[in-house]
Amino acid sequence: MKSSLIVRAATRVLVGLLLVFSFYMLIRGHNEPGGGFIGGLIGATGFILYAIAHGCRAAREALRIEPQTIAVVGLGLALLAGVSAFLDRDALFAGQWLFIGATEGDKGLPLSTVLVFDIGVYLVVLGSVLTIVLGLEEEV
Amino acid sequence: MAEASNRVLGGPAGVISVLVPLGLFAWLLQFVPAVAAGEVLLWRLDWAPSLGVTLGILLDGLSLSFALLITGIGALVTLYSTRYLGGHPHYTRFVIYLLGFMGGMLGLVLSDNLLALFVFWEITTITSYLLIGFDADQAKARRNALQALLVTGIGGLAFLAGIVLIGTAAGTFEISEIEGSLTGHALYLPIFLLVVAGAFTKSAQVPFHFWLPNAMAAPTPVSAYLHSATMVKGGVYLLARMNPSLGGSEIWFWTLILFGGVTAVFASVLAIRQTDIKQVLAYTTLMALGTLVMFIGLGTAAAIEAAMTFLLVHSFYKAALFLMIGVVDHGTGTRDATILRGLARAMPLTALAAALAALSMAGLPPLFGFIGKEFMYKAALDAPVAVWWVTGCAFAASALMFAAGGIVAWRPFTGKLAATPVTPHEGPWPMLAGPLLLAALGVAAGLMPDHAELLVAPATAAVLGAPAEVDLYLFKEVNAAFILSLLTFALGFVIYLVHAPMRARLAQVPARFDPGWDRLMDGVSDGSKGLTGLIQTGRLRRYVFVTFATLAAVLAWAIWRGGVLPDLPPLEDLRAKHWSVLIFILVGALLTAATNSRMTAVAALGTVGIGVALIFIMFGAPDVAITQLLVEVLQVVLVAVAMLKLPRMKIENVSRLRGWDMALALSLGALTSLVLLAVMQAPLDLRLTAFFEATSAPIAHGRNIVNVILVDFRALDTFGEIAVVAIAALGAYALLRGTRRARP
Repeated sequence: MKSSLIVRAATRVLVGLLLVFSFYMLIRGHNEPGGGFIGGLIGATGFILYAIAHGCRAAREALRIEPQTIAVVGLGLALLAGVSAFLDRDALFAGQWLFIGATEGDKGLPLSTVLVFDIGVYLVVLGSVLTIVLGLEEEV
Repeated sequence: MAEASNRVLGGPAGVISVLVPLGLFAWLLQFVPAVAAGEVLLWRLDWAPSLGVTLGILLDGLSLSFALLITGIGALVTLYSTRYLGGHPHYTRFVIYLLGFMGGMLGLVLSDNLLALFVFWEITTITSYLLIGFDADQAKARRNALQALLVTGIGGLAFLAGIVLIGTAAGTFEISEIEGSLTGHALYLPIFLLVVAGAFTKSAQVPFHFWLPNAMAAPTPVSAYLHSATMVKGGVYLLARMNPSLGGSEIWFWTLILFGGVTAVFASVLAIRQTDIKQVLAYTTLMALGTLVMFIGLGTAAAIEAAMTFLLVHSFYKAALFLMIGVVDHGTGTRDATILRGLARAMPLTALAAALAALSMAGLPPLFGFIGKEFMYKAALDAPVAVWWVTGCAFAASALMFAAGGIVAWRPFTGKLAATPVTPHEGPWPMLAGPLLLAALGVAAGLMPDHAELLVAPATAAVLGAPAEVDLYLFKEVNAAFILSLLTFALGFVIYLVHAPMRARLAQVPARFDPGWDRLMDGVSDGSKGLTGLIQTGRLRRYVFVTFATLAAVLAWAIWRGGVLPDLPPLEDLRAKHWSVLIFILVGALLTAATNSRMTAVAALGTVGIGVALIFIMFGAPDVAITQLLVEVLQVVLVAVAMLKLPRMKIENVSRLRGWDMALALSLGALTSLVLLAVMQAPLDLRLTAFFEATSAPIAHGRNIVNVILVDFRALDTFGEIAVVAIAALGAYALLRGTRRARP
């Protein structure tokens, strides 16, 4: 099945936008609506769109890594974020924070294991959805 | 040189397997003086504090005796195994199982916390399953292992229920903190029944006895270990341990002495019936367990003293005899009692060990077995009630034991040498060390009973829950017990003389319990097959229907139980935008139900989801709305793709099924609406919301509460959920790849 030229042309632009948007959703999630789950879904939507326009093989090539690998890596990353609390003798999954360049009025650049955990969620959702969708599409 | 020693001890695995129990044994020895002086040692370590589980170690006479037997005999058994199984390709696996089993058993006897005790209890169940089924290539080993697992496992579940009730009744799970007796408690009867179910299955009392002889499918060192010191005595240990809190009631007394007595005599008769000398021993283990249960049930100080003495007696001779049989099996290639004759010349050391151990089993002076038997008779004759029953059972069982001793240790070694599959030869030293040492212990304890008192006295005190006077001696005077002993020897000798015709006669009595078990398992299997055929039709439509019908039934039942229907919501609050979304959703739902095109149905269903997302947006839940919207979009894509694979259905079939579907859909919708209305009318508890609102920014540095809850406050839950998502994806991946490969 060959998809229409318009879809293919539009996809090139849309996919990039969707991926940037998904990343934006992921990063802002802690303070605004968004987060790893939503970000992962948006990212997956981008790749699914690409798969619809250019075929599953092209989508897999664009992804570079097997989607199930992405999911498992994400799960491991999330676990790592949780376990890292032990380094500070905290309970499992207690968030660890580092504020770079914090001053009196400004808390600086916040880095945390919570963000790592959210990235893990993002990768699991992205990988899992793509595993199923691409698998099904190839099946049909 | 190094290679030679490696071979002798079975390589690193073998060396570790011997050193670990040996080290533990040596470490435990240091506590003997303190415990013998009446001290009770207690260590505590929080294990799962939120569940009230501590890893308490309770070292009193009872647990120390068991722990010494487990590690001591364990070391001899592993030493033995280095030669018995040393060259086996799965030897390392065997060592791991055996050490795991040993650890479970040690934890079982040392735990002060009943929940921890249960965990160890189940560890012994599972590792013994692995050990019995070690020769997994044999169907018989697998079957017997499964049988042991199921019987003891089901009993274990009953025991767990009993533990929960004990915790309720006593207010604690710590054995050392249970104060006084629970016999007067309202929950006593269920507690008693459940605990006894656990103990009786584990210790193979009638009618659960059938699994234990079958456990002989295990390699011989395992049998020696299972039977002498450990797993099967787990039940006896439990009864002894619970005696202070559960013992002393009428039902305890009668249940234990009746079942124990029947088990002892019944098993002894069955022992005579066997031709495989390993099987003879297996049944004599049942006799020992029955006797122990009977005397624990009797409950007098003298009875407990006799039981604890017999516990040691039995462990010594039983382990020695089992290990000896392994040597004979190795050396001759057979275990058939009707073949083996005159081995004493070819296997002098084995014969010596067998003779000493069997003399102890037969209860002849001056061996430890004699003391055990004398004290049992004395306790039985002094029993407050049921004197005839207890004495009779002990007498019959002891006489039969005398004969069994002759069958396993006299007949195979004396007379003219018979032809065996392998030319008889003596075993290597690692296999002889255990039997000889244990047999020698039986002699030493008989001649110097004062040393055995070191263990027996504190154990008796622990089981009684009160200090006990224990004085073991070989011979003091001619009394009723001594005369009874002489009668036992006479009767036992007669039985031994006629055991061959007796065996032939007994062999004609069909075995009932074991075939009964097979029938039970067949029934379970057939039942499951029928049920599977009924439920798992392979039609997705049926699965979905059954699932949702169940949900509807549960909801209807819950609403009916509640008895109150919720009020109608205040409809005047609805504004035009709410109505329009409602109509949007309703139209989508109706279209989904009415259309004949799958694609239209999927798209219409998507509009329903988008309508729901709109509701979320209206009521200020953007996170949920975005998720809902995205999931809805993805779902439409996914289902549309999957739809292409569905088989076509005839229109008339569809319309016939649709009536049912509509009825179910309408009732489910109505019920869900009712439940939601009821939920809305319940007062909303805002404590958690308030907590998250107040703390999410200062503690978790985030202003989006939903996300903060997901990644911080309840991150463990989220982790569980994404694990489910990932596993589901992997499952789908495997499934899809599988179907692709299956296609031509």
